[in-house]
Order: sequence, then structure tokens, then C-alpha cells
Amino acid sequence: MTALTKAEMVERIVAEIGLNKREAKEVLELFFETIRTALEEGDAVKLSGFGNFETRDKNARPGRNPKTGEEKLISARRVVTFRPGQKLKARVEEYAESEQQKQSNGGGQQQSGFGDNPSENW
Amino acid sequence: MIKSELIAAIAKHKTHLTEKDVELSVNHIIEYMSHALSHGQRIEIRGFGSFSLHYRPPRNAHNPKTGDKVVTIAKYIPHFKPGKEFRDRVNQRFLDQQAANRDQI
Repeated sequence: MTALTKAEMVERIVAEIGLNKREAKEVLELFFETIRTALEEGDAVKLSGFGNFETRDKNARPGRNPKTGEEKLISARRVVTFRPGQKLKARVEEYAESEQQKQSNGGGQQQSGFGDNPSENW
Repeated sequence: MIKSELIAAIAKHKTHLTEKDVELSVNHIIEYMSHALSHGQRIEIRGFGSFSLHYRPPRNAHNPKTGDKVVTIAKYIPHFKPGKEFRDRVNQRFLDQQAANRDQI
């Protein structure tokens, strides 16, 4: 299954809401840009039913290059985190459970991305 | 910033789209993304980031109140990995602020 992209969302906005393609592109671009700008300014974005985007400040800490084993200080930084909301988590779990049931019933093996070794898919 | 404020901020940029159109669009966008994730589909937005599901294997746990052993079921949780542009913008602003604070001291 291919990933959901902006191109696909633009097509669906055009088909389902009736904006023209240019408008759909603009509103989609502004959606993501406004979230980025808010977080850049340190303002969390809370989308009810979906989740919260927040920033977290990290202190400098000693780290290691896993390839060379070389020790190096990882500088202090601000990172973006996403905390999924209850509703989204519940919807995801519902689907995962239905997939597991399908598999234990012997149907649809490993076609869904929820196969025996999901870490490879995700 | 909550959803209504996000909608208002977008509508301010887009003078020829009504706030109603923007609200409808934002609600649809959020539903497309929720629907994708809850059907095991990844989301990839260049410059913003990607959403995927992370697998949590079943594990042995305890009920902290009673001490009973409980086996939790395997589950999937949504995960967001910010894209390079997003990461760099947020961190650069932070570093600039820190440098400005240092200069004041």
C-alpha cells in the first residue's frame, strides 16, 4: 500500500469539497505551513481527535557514533513531538485487532503491512 | 494553537476562500490522515514529516494495585517523524533565541 501524500489529498479535496486544484493545493500547503510556523514559535498545536504537536527542549548529552564507536557531545536542541489523541489511538487499535483476527482465522497472510514482522514494514 | 485558531490563521492568508471552506478542508485533511493511519497506511508529507504505526509487542505486566500478572495484547501506535525542514526550522529558532539570551547577559 503506497503512502498517503499531498497529491492524493489535493485530488480528494477537489472531488469531495469542490475547491479547484489550485485552491486545494494552497489550503493543504497552508495547513502544514501554519503548523510548522506555530511550532517554530514554540506554540503547541492541538488537533482534537487527531493529536498534539509539541516541542521539547533537550539538554546536551554525551552520545556515540554507532558506526565508529566514537564519543561525541550531542548539542542541546529543540525537537518536535507528536502525541496521538485518544480517538486516533482507538481507531488504530481497532484496525490492528481486526487484522490480527483475520490472520488467526487463516485469511490474508502478510498482505496488509500487519504481518508477522511488522517492524520491517514500519 | 487549537483547530479553530489554525482554521482562522489559514483563512486570513486565503482571502478568496471563505472560513467555511477552510474549516471543511481542515476537517477533511485531518480525517484523510486519521483514516489512512487507522487502515495501516503511512503518510508522507515532504518538508513536514511522516506518520507511521509502531508495533508494540505483547508483554507481561502487573496490575500495580493487586500485583496480579497481566499479559497485554500487541498493539500499534501512531508515530510521527518530523521531516528535515520542520526539524531544522524549529531547532534553528531555538538556537537563535539561546544565542540572543547569552548576548544579553
